[in-house]
Amino acid sequence: MLALRDVTVRYGDTAAVDDVLLELAPGQVLAVLGPSGCGKSTLLRAVAGLEPLASGSIAWDGADLAGTPTHKRGFALMFQDGQLFAHLTVARNVAYALRLRRTPSARVAARVRELLDLVGLSGYDDRLPGTLSGGERQRVALARALAVEPRLILLDEPLSALDASLRERLAGDLRSILHAAGTTALLVTHDHEEAFALADRLAVMRGGRVVQQGAIDEVWREPVDEETALFLGYARVVRDDAAHRVLAAAALPPAYAVALRRSALVVDDAGSLHAVVESARVTPELVRLVVRVEGVGIVDAVAPLGGRVAPGDEVSLRVDVTRLAVLPITR
Amino acid sequence: MRRITGLLALAAAPVLVLGVLFVLPVAGMVAEGFVVDGRLAPGAVLDVLARPRVHRVAWFTVWTSGLATLLAVALGLPAAYALHRLALPGRTAVRAALLVPFVLPTVVVGVAFRQLLGEGGPLGFLGLDGTPIAIVCGLVFFNIAVVVRTVGVAWESLDPRPGQAAAALGASPWQVLRTVTLPALRPAIVGSASIVFLFCATAFGIVLTLGGVRYSTVETEIYLLTTTVFDLQAAAALSVLQIVVVVGLLALSARLRATPDPTAQRVVTPARAVRRSDAPVVVATLLVLAAMLLPILTLVLGSLTVGDGWGLDNYRALTTAGDDQVLLVPVTAALATSLRTAVDAMWMALLVGGVVSLIVTRRSHSVGERRVRSTLDGFFMLPLGVSAVTLGFGFLITLDEPPLDLRDSPLLVPMAQALVALPLVVRTLAPVLGGIDDRQRQAAASLGASPWRTLLTVDLPVAWKPMLAACGFAFAVSLGEFGATSFLARDTNPTLPIVIFRLIGHPGEMNYGMALAASVVLAVVTAVVVLAVERLRVPGVGAF
Amino acid sequence: MLHVRIRAALTASSLASVAALSLVGCSLVGGGGDGSTATEPSASSSGSSGAEQGGGTVVLATHESFHLPKKLVKAFETETGYDLEVRAAGDAGTLATKLSLTADNPIADAAFGIDNTFASRPLGEGAFAEVTTTATPPAEYALPEGGDRLVPIDSANVCVNVDTAWFEQEGLEPPRTLEDLTDDRYRDLFVTPGASTSSPGMAFFLATVAAFGDAWPDYWTELLDNGAKVVDGWEDAYYGDFTAAADNGTRPIVVSYDSSPAFTVSGGRTTTAALLDTCFRQVEYAGVLEGADNPEGAAALVDWMLTDEVQSALPESMYVFPVMPGATVPEDWAEFAPQSGDPFEVDPAEIDANREQWLTDWTDVISR
Repeated sequence: MLALRDVTVRYGDTAAVDDVLLELAPGQVLAVLGPSGCGKSTLLRAVAGLEPLASGSIAWDGADLAGTPTHKRGFALMFQDGQLFAHLTVARNVAYALRLRRTPSARVAARVRELLDLVGLSGYDDRLPGTLSGGERQRVALARALAVEPRLILLDEPLSALDASLRERLAGDLRSILHAAGTTALLVTHDHEEAFALADRLAVMRGGRVVQQGAIDEVWREPVDEETALFLGYARVVRDDAAHRVLAAAALPPAYAVALRRSALVVDDAGSLHAVVESARVTPELVRLVVRVEGVGIVDAVAPLGGRVAPGDEVSLRVDVTRLAVLPITR
Repeated sequence: MRRITGLLALAAAPVLVLGVLFVLPVAGMVAEGFVVDGRLAPGAVLDVLARPRVHRVAWFTVWTSGLATLLAVALGLPAAYALHRLALPGRTAVRAALLVPFVLPTVVVGVAFRQLLGEGGPLGFLGLDGTPIAIVCGLVFFNIAVVVRTVGVAWESLDPRPGQAAAALGASPWQVLRTVTLPALRPAIVGSASIVFLFCATAFGIVLTLGGVRYSTVETEIYLLTTTVFDLQAAAALSVLQIVVVVGLLALSARLRATPDPTAQRVVTPARAVRRSDAPVVVATLLVLAAMLLPILTLVLGSLTVGDGWGLDNYRALTTAGDDQVLLVPVTAALATSLRTAVDAMWMALLVGGVVSLIVTRRSHSVGERRVRSTLDGFFMLPLGVSAVTLGFGFLITLDEPPLDLRDSPLLVPMAQALVALPLVVRTLAPVLGGIDDRQRQAAASLGASPWRTLLTVDLPVAWKPMLAACGFAFAVSLGEFGATSFLARDTNPTLPIVIFRLIGHPGEMNYGMALAASVVLAVVTAVVVLAVERLRVPGVGAF
Repeated sequence: MLHVRIRAALTASSLASVAALSLVGCSLVGGGGDGSTATEPSASSSGSSGAEQGGGTVVLATHESFHLPKKLVKAFETETGYDLEVRAAGDAGTLATKLSLTADNPIADAAFGIDNTFASRPLGEGAFAEVTTTATPPAEYALPEGGDRLVPIDSANVCVNVDTAWFEQEGLEPPRTLEDLTDDRYRDLFVTPGASTSSPGMAFFLATVAAFGDAWPDYWTELLDNGAKVVDGWEDAYYGDFTAAADNGTRPIVVSYDSSPAFTVSGGRTTTAALLDTCFRQVEYAGVLEGADNPEGAAALVDWMLTDEVQSALPESMYVFPVMPGATVPEDWAEFAPQSGDPFEVDPAEIDANREQWLTDWTDVISR
């Protein structure tokens, strides 16, 4: 069990990580989500033992890690771009940690085969990293990190360097691999999709501080403030009267601010909100609209495919309560 | 095919320079041995190679140089790390000071070493005076800066993340070093080691002074055969042997120096604060520095000794050069000549070395092209490995007719010095330029940058620091160069090492002290100039 | 973006300024202030103009120890109308090799500094032309062969020197002869530069050859058995080991010159002495080079070197004795550095013929 208490990391006068408190239970995957420059990578490096702490402590199973150098922590770190050793073959890269432990070579060979199977790269043993695609490199890096069954794996934006389709596929693979291996993982990313795809728990970080953490659906449903909401993928935040109207339409008690996903408003003749369509765009699953709602303003909405909605049309909208979040903000 | 033609066209200028200033003279001098009475007679030359003495000399050269190279690398690596990666206080000054041995005249250092190691010296109990070990120590003393500098510069721009990845996989610092860092530094290490080996193998004064007359290396033997015995056939035989060995060594080092991974990122890593775990490295560095300081300290103390007491008399004597017969010109004038010559040698070495580095590091598109490049690379290292005696006399007999009547040109001295500095410049620049992702140049070109502009905006920012390091190197080599200079320098404007040599070559109470004082002046000036050159750096360039 | 551009501009400008600096102020190319390139005529033009006008430049090739007072050189130039250009580089052996290798296209008009141990080589290669001088140096210095081409200018005796102060203090009688050096009383007290690497070292070796003939290897064996130390150069021996000159010196007997005691004077007496029965005489010669661009100027130069002014300046300038009897030597020299009356000699032709074999054998003896 990983526990961070009041962790602060400074670069000169600025605190890159400021008073962070986090916990991670065995077998869990925790994603630290934040925009670039929020200190999440520094936090990860601090856990790995690559950055000295200005104050606070990082402990594993209650034992403070302050005096433990990186290589004795038993945490595997997987960099954004893999950081494969360019002078070693794929098999040698994967076997790296095993060889450090003087594992018998037959055992090493078996384990390498097993891991390359796991990441779907059987037969790549003798290739050099320079000849691999980005996705292949990431998978080799993952296999390398998993080789010695680390007690914690640290992932630094493992998928962000990849293209969309590959990312989706690899995200699923990664999740099942992590679960299959029962590995505890700490993941940092700026991409909420990546976080949702991989993590059980989420911590949102901004300006060096963790502003919110909890189970992933919990955080997702109740973002702590407007910025967090927007960062979690909510499209817009409406306030005051506009918020009252939306909440009233959803039969919810009034609040000062509401964050709406793009699919929070659905075209439905029985809906209580009235709007004029500004623009419409057909996607494979539904029609995405931008509408002007009376008393609310410009917001996003969706319509089922084949609904024949065109700009200028007047439509009725209902509110999907699972796709909005009431923000705990007062004026 | 067209690319190879273009490559050769670009290489034409430096190749021509080297052809005239190196190949022609050496070939001319070797021919003196091969041609007897107007007829080619290689038999006599080959007979020489069968002499047991030649075998002994060759073996002695190889083992002392090899051992000295190993030691210089082993001791230089921790220092390179400590001085280039750790935020040690005063590290810039120490880095500049490390070049001091480079410029100290070998005669002076030789005497300083002997005062330490000699029968009555503080280290006399070691019994090293006149032994091969003393020679090896001297060679290490003179050459360790090459390792510290070339490897240090490469280390500075090394991406730290693969090392961190390895540490996170459970590699101890030592294992990280062995399995990740050293392989990544291999081009720089092999490059500097080959330079050190060549420097050691062609070392002259230090071998004679520290080894006494019992030990001969190929270089001292060529000198003896050429100037004292006038056996040009034997000298030619040894020169040929030298060239063959050097070419073999360069080929080997080119193979060991695997091409750097072009996708590896070059980052300028800020030096990090010293931690307790750095203690072994820092201690090792301090020990190396202390060992290097010892002869220098002997020298400084000697320069301050007046009669039985202390004083600045030796230094004062330097400024009143006019009264003393020994000094031909005031030391200030000699120093000015030295500095002027060094500036010339520096820009010559940098200009040619820069072009050569660019040529040898551009990505090859075919096997043929790569061969041409690596051949060129080795070609420009050759001057280091070939006897200065052969080259010097070769100048006289081949560059004596117009249009190549260079033997009286005042530029001959800086040219000769630039030739010596050239490989250092190339070995400092090439690893860094080779590490630039070619796609960056392509990106610049696709954005409309001319090749010149690309050079300025992509290559220069990255190569800037190593370029300054190379400048410092070339400058120091020129300031301290004695062999070619003493052979070519003219009396009307001697350089400082020549003046020092004159001072120490005559009896007299003051002369020795003044020679030491002048050496200290030379060393201080060098350190200051090198430091200033490195400070020229525009902050942040290289980080873009 | 802007600051990137500023940086690039700064980089370019500092590069440009380095280039400008080297081109204008501080390089040989730029010419600096002393006009080293601008005023120096090239060698090819020197001769022809000289021959036509009885003036021009005369080029002297010599070794690195050459030096004469500026005043004298100026006087020579005003009197004769020649400009003297001195090219001094390398040691005596290097000079001899240079002259031998360039016999067909000489590097200068005249040469000075070929000594009797190296004279045969350039003479054999035909590097020197015949020359007649106004003054006639004493016949004792003339070479057996080539006396019409090489003119003696100075001589220096290489002798064993002793630290008399040290011997006084130890209450030990200093040695007097070469044989004494193998005496057990002087064990571990003698240091000499090597014959293969040093000109005085060679001279001392030749003294032993002259003294012991073919038995010299036995003498050297005894010498080494008695703890003699062989170092590289004269400066190593003198400043590295000699008790009178080196801080940590441990050896009071050294191979040096007969003039050396004049440089260890303190309180009106010298603390060292040269052993006059151990000396080998080195004579330095000057000559006109065959095929010189300016043979008249070269001849005038050789003549000038025999004048009383130059001869009297030799001791202070080059630490050697003049050959002309009319020259004056400094008081210190006259008082503290008596010359050997009967130094050892070896025929230059014999030296040239045997040098390689001798050096090989000598190296074998000392490497044992």
